[in-house]
Amino acid sequence: MSEKGTLATLLRIFPYAKSALPRIALGMVAAIAAHLFALSIPQFLRDLVNSLKDNGTAETLVPAVLMVLLLGLLEGVSVLLRRWLVLTPGTFVEAGLRAKIYAKLQDLPVSFHDKWPSGQLLSRATGDLSLIRRWLSFGLVLFVANGLTIIVGLGILFTFHWILGLIFFVCSVPIWIKGFQFERNYHSVARLSQDQAGDLATSVEESVHGIRVLKAFGRGDHIAGKFAAEADTLRGTEIKKAGLIAGIWIYLILAPEFAVGLSLLAGVWLVSTEQLTVGGLVAFLATTTALRWPTESIGFLLSMTLDAKTAIQRFFEVLDTPVDIADPENPKTITEPHGRLEFKDVHFRYSDAPADQPDLLNGVDLVLEPGESVALIGITGCGKTSLTALTTRLYDVTGGQVLLDGVDVRDLSREELRTHISMAFEDATLFSASVRDNVLLGRPDASEADLKQALEIAQAHFVYDLPEGLNTKIGEEGMSLSGGQRQRLALARAVAARPAILVLDDPLSALDVDTEALVEEALRSVLTTTTALIVAHRPSTVQLADRVALMQDGRITAVGKHSELLATNDHYRYVISSLDAAGEMIS
Amino acid sequence: MTMQGTSGEDRIELNKDESRVVKLRARKLLFSLIRPIRRRLIVSFTLVILSQAFRVVGPALIAYGIDTALPQAIRSELTPLYLVVGGYLFAALATTSLIYSFLKFSARTNQNVMFDLRQRLFVHSQRLSLEFHETYTSGRVIARQTSDLDAIKELLDTGGNEMIAGIFFMTFTGAALLALDPGSFGILLFSFIPLWFLTRWFQKNTKLRYRQTRVASARLIVKFVETMTGIRAVKAFRKEKDNESEYAGYTEDYRSVNAKVIQIFGIYDPGLTMIGTVTVAFILLFGGFRVIDGSLGIGILTAAILYARRFFDPMEGLAMFYNAYQSASSALEKISGVLEEEESVPEPEHPTKLSNATGHLSFDDVEFHYSNGKTVLPGFNLDIPAGQTIALVGTTGAGKSTLAKLVSRLYDPSAGRLTLDGIDLRNLSNLQLRRAIVMVTQEAYLFSGSVAENIALGKPDATMDEIEAAAKAVGVHEFILSMPDGYNTDVNKRGGRVSAGQRQLISFARAFIADPAVLILDEATASLDIPSERLVQQGLKTLLKGRTSIIIAHRLSTVSIADRVLVMEHGQIIEDDAPAALIAGTGKFARMHAAWRASLV
Repeated sequence: MSEKGTLATLLRIFPYAKSALPRIALGMVAAIAAHLFALSIPQFLRDLVNSLKDNGTAETLVPAVLMVLLLGLLEGVSVLLRRWLVLTPGTFVEAGLRAKIYAKLQDLPVSFHDKWPSGQLLSRATGDLSLIRRWLSFGLVLFVANGLTIIVGLGILFTFHWILGLIFFVCSVPIWIKGFQFERNYHSVARLSQDQAGDLATSVEESVHGIRVLKAFGRGDHIAGKFAAEADTLRGTEIKKAGLIAGIWIYLILAPEFAVGLSLLAGVWLVSTEQLTVGGLVAFLATTTALRWPTESIGFLLSMTLDAKTAIQRFFEVLDTPVDIADPENPKTITEPHGRLEFKDVHFRYSDAPADQPDLLNGVDLVLEPGESVALIGITGCGKTSLTALTTRLYDVTGGQVLLDGVDVRDLSREELRTHISMAFEDATLFSASVRDNVLLGRPDASEADLKQALEIAQAHFVYDLPEGLNTKIGEEGMSLSGGQRQRLALARAVAARPAILVLDDPLSALDVDTEALVEEALRSVLTTTTALIVAHRPSTVQLADRVALMQDGRITAVGKHSELLATNDHYRYVISSLDAAGEMIS
Repeated sequence: MTMQGTSGEDRIELNKDESRVVKLRARKLLFSLIRPIRRRLIVSFTLVILSQAFRVVGPALIAYGIDTALPQAIRSELTPLYLVVGGYLFAALATTSLIYSFLKFSARTNQNVMFDLRQRLFVHSQRLSLEFHETYTSGRVIARQTSDLDAIKELLDTGGNEMIAGIFFMTFTGAALLALDPGSFGILLFSFIPLWFLTRWFQKNTKLRYRQTRVASARLIVKFVETMTGIRAVKAFRKEKDNESEYAGYTEDYRSVNAKVIQIFGIYDPGLTMIGTVTVAFILLFGGFRVIDGSLGIGILTAAILYARRFFDPMEGLAMFYNAYQSASSALEKISGVLEEEESVPEPEHPTKLSNATGHLSFDDVEFHYSNGKTVLPGFNLDIPAGQTIALVGTTGAGKSTLAKLVSRLYDPSAGRLTLDGIDLRNLSNLQLRRAIVMVTQEAYLFSGSVAENIALGKPDATMDEIEAAAKAVGVHEFILSMPDGYNTDVNKRGGRVSAGQRQLISFARAFIADPAVLILDEATASLDIPSERLVQQGLKTLLKGRTSIIIAHRLSTVSIADRVLVMEHGQIIEDDAPAALIAGTGKFARMHAAWRASLV
């Protein structure tokens, strides 16, 4: 990854903040105005003090004080205006970015999600975005306004006397040098800390999702130790970060104070030699006070800007990732799908597979005629699940074609493709929603009868006994269901979608023998009209299919009826037959 | 009580009592976090007090410079001037170095607090029972440990320093002003009246909103996590659009409540500045009149103005602290709720020692029902002699998994007792319990890290040889070698690259290496194909020798290695005998077995 400069990186966020920019710009104007009002107060103070010195009267005093008051109030109003201008647009930008990264993450292929721990994604969608928001509506505005104020203020200091101005200018030099060093050093630490925070979020996520395993093995302490080590690393980084900030802070505090001390010396000398009035000296000191906060603020504004830079980088790491499984530019459409599925010399390998390893799918040829159901058989890890994932483009083939009714699946929009083909995964994912919504996920407009039928086919009658029947909330936030119950709902979901093609990945593995028999019985009626590709491990599941395809070494090596293959194919017998094991048991 | 633990944590409006309970709980947590660092805090405070004291000297020196050193300098008497300037520079140097030490020191303190809280929350979440996790949702646990902790980090990062420094700076500035010019100080005191009203207004308007932001942010995270963990299903069923609009709704909720809070703060903060301005103007006016009648020196007036102006400088920081504090205390309310949740399966305080468990399990009048009252297992007795292999069969929902969870003490019986070698499981330390009893479930979760690390989870100090031996025993060795980096291959997020069957084999190896006295296999072979299962069965024969084991399997092939079969229905054991005897009989198992035999060909 090429490292862009700070400015170039920061600028990348602007197109996404377009709507807020005018108000942010106005906010800068308001911020500058506020500072200018503050800076102009000492000018009146000078005249006031000079007139007091020369036996002034109430007539000169009151208007001058009123002027100071007015300017002070104007300053306050400007600050109010600045905040009003920038704050709300900032939250819209944040919300916009959040929607963007969420949509992008949903769009990115499964292979992306395989690689990225969701904790890292989460930290990008939460902490990083709020950092960007705060920078846009606060850091950026003040950085520009305060920077300008310092320059203008320095100019004003010169108007009191060039020597006084010069003292301030010379004293500020170390700040600039330190600032540049800081920019270099801080960035890498900031990046480190954000990445480590993401790692920590990942550990948290895994500890929660893997809680059953951790409990079953009593490894809570072990994982807590690992977590503590990570948290400790983050603590170290944060302390380092704070050290860097403290390092620049001392210059930001010390330099102006030193300048004030020296200019007191020079100022008194100038007054005593009548090159400066007492009022001038007072006003000069008041001006330096007005400049104090803008100068000190540069420290945290700088660190905030650099934090924002890494946050923007991390945001774009996701946004820049090309969606390599995207919709075609001119998608074809199949108005009346017949459900013919063809794998034509299909090759597939995972992008991180070693180069010397053959393709996982190494020339798969298989045709499923409309209405036909084919069972896919092969040993664990031979690529069955990967093959099913190619049908709906959860992954794309690396060679060859998958054709639906003669159309390459890559020529259809993903939306349409996934309407025609519906899947049930082995690990059934249920969402936090009602039973009804979960089952009708693929076809929200289905009728009540369709819903009932799908539940009937999947033998998911248990849902009627749930506290609120079909409206019971299930999934993570609701009732917890057993593995077998979840699998049946996932099956019902696939069936309810009424697709042209059903792809079922070992759909009955968690069911007991009785239930399995009932589901198979019911499923048969669906399968007479629907094309189905069924990954199977057991002979009973195989019997659902019209034909069986045997996968071996990344190819389909045999296709035929179960009984034929059983009689003729050694490998098939090896994969599917547990007769010898059973025989052993009976004896 | 409705606010006990995490219950009711999504509610915004609380009645007085509830609010008091929640606040008290949050405060207690805060104090418990501060207690270990109190010494460090004293050092911090000392550094701050000293630094701010030096900082406040400045304007007084300027006043002295203008009123005394200047007239003397005009008479060419420069010593006072040098003294003043020298004093000023020294004060500046002292302030800065003290602030520097304070920043470095307090950063460490803050990070220690964060570390402490992070650890506590993590460890506690891990300890909480499965029942808690099943109802609370993973997204929430994650939200508590990420975004809520961020809110507290925010407070510590910016707020803490600002507040301590600010308060002392204001105190010292006020004191200096009082010493220098009591009249101006009197005016300053008046400014406290509008300050108080403004702060009350701010408090009133933000109180509930901070709670709302925490709830809204948690909802956002829950949705996000659910989407990313279920991404395959999201894609396969085209849920993206729905998700987007739902997520957009949550985003907008969060945005609008957050914007409200920021806007209110956006009025509060300039309000403070304006009060400051008016105060300065009054001091100037009052001081001006006194200069005119000769009762006040110009230098003193200058210092008074500088002091008054500076007095309000930390206000912005204080307001920010208050802002961060409100947000953090809402987060603390939520976090303390999780920490308040009690372990429903607590570790005994004085565990009974178990040396070399033989694996004799005994259920005495054990009953189990969920906290909502639903009975899963009505009372039953069961004795499993050491070394026996039990096959547990029955329809889904018959209570097999619950029984397994009782044995592995993921749940405790609601009544009766369950003993291992005569010792109630509740009297065993976690370490000994987990050493003796291990469960492998169908859901084979892999943690990010290498394959070897995942297997070694069963025995953290395992050598590479042991890991390989375990992998060979369950027949996953060849597959592991075929992966890009063999045993060092990163399994990625949730084992994306590893098939369900392989995942199960790896988690099998994990159990293998743990070498427990009691092994529970809950549908641990469901995703295996027949060749793998055969391999595992071979391994099982050696593994199960001399070990008590409970095997839950739908595939009755597993029964072949069992000494005894228990058939369960509706939470009750309806058949209990040797497999051959049951098959020969006419009961449920005989029927199931016949059906299964028929399905094999």
